[in-house]
Amino acid sequence: MLTPAITIGFVLVGLATALTLWRLAKGPTMADRILALDTLAIDAIALVVLMGLSRGISFSFEAALLIAMMGFVGTVALCKYLIGRAIIE
Amino acid sequence: MSAEALAAFLIVTGGFFVLLGSIALIRLPDIFTRLHGPTKATTLGVGAIVIASSVAGYAMTGNVSLKELSVSLFLFITAPVSAHLLAKAALKEQSKDR
Amino acid sequence: MTLREWLVPQPILTLAIAALWALLAGDVSGGTLLLGLTLGLLIPVFTSQFWPGRPRTFRVGAALRLMFVVVYDIIVANVAVARIVLGNVQGIKSKFVDVPLDTDDPYVATILASIITLTPGTLSIDIDMDKRVAHIHGLDVPDQSLLIDEIKTRYEAPLKEIFGC
Repeated sequence: MLTPAITIGFVLVGLATALTLWRLAKGPTMADRILALDTLAIDAIALVVLMGLSRGISFSFEAALLIAMMGFVGTVALCKYLIGRAIIE
Repeated sequence: MSAEALAAFLIVTGGFFVLLGSIALIRLPDIFTRLHGPTKATTLGVGAIVIASSVAGYAMTGNVSLKELSVSLFLFITAPVSAHLLAKAALKEQSKDR
Repeated sequence: MTLREWLVPQPILTLAIAALWALLAGDVSGGTLLLGLTLGLLIPVFTSQFWPGRPRTFRVGAALRLMFVVVYDIIVANVAVARIVLGNVQGIKSKFVDVPLDTDDPYVATILASIITLTPGTLSIDIDMDKRVAHIHGLDVPDQSLLIDEIKTRYEAPLKEIFGC
């Protein structure tokens, strides 16, 4: 029962990632692109967790946490740059 | 409901919400409405998938492991901060174009 | 400043760090708890410069009630937003709304802003503590005063009760 659910999950999240990539390419504003990058990071967490489930890898959790942290810090840094054109004022 | 069925349900609903967030990102007309999708639907979806992995781990091994919850917790705490900064960046960009 | 306030400036943060440490370690043995509590005691002391104001009262019952309300709202309102997103997106009335705040406490305002962002349909853009106004953006706002009313009664009033101000 878990295996088909994981497959469906992969399909749904994969589709979401493809749509997000489209928004990343299209823009039109920089804020849109940063938003798309942030969403991509979160989608990547979902994919890593699903991958860990389907292959039975127990340390996928650490990877997920790392992507979450890096994604957040990256988003904040990019936004700060866009707001002030300098990361440290 | 068995733990396995609960995990399967959480994965499918989570995947649906992740997809919903990206559909919002594609369909909604401007940057401020687009911000609504990923910050909430995607966060909730990934939160559900992460919890599902915890539940599935219990179903497969019988050990309760709650550390996956910290990923959900982290996402729910950081999502408002990213949204706030993105909105500010969008406002700044808009005011410069005009 | 009493000795307790000096040693344990943030009791809630101390417990939260200890709980998070136990969560990450994956067990609640004596050693884990001891290390978690040590970190929980040291981190607030070393980061005390970052924390505005003194710690205040914290009503656990009211906090739990608010938590259930927020989780319920997140799930229910996400379904409502799903309907908007999958439906006719041209017909939605999205706009900026100014919500007047009753509090001048930065903690309460920050948590309120986070809750506003996490509950679908609304997004907090900025908080002006001088004018005591939260600028929020609504995805679909048919009635502005209804939205303001809901935020104030559903989230702000319980928050003020929790922190006793």
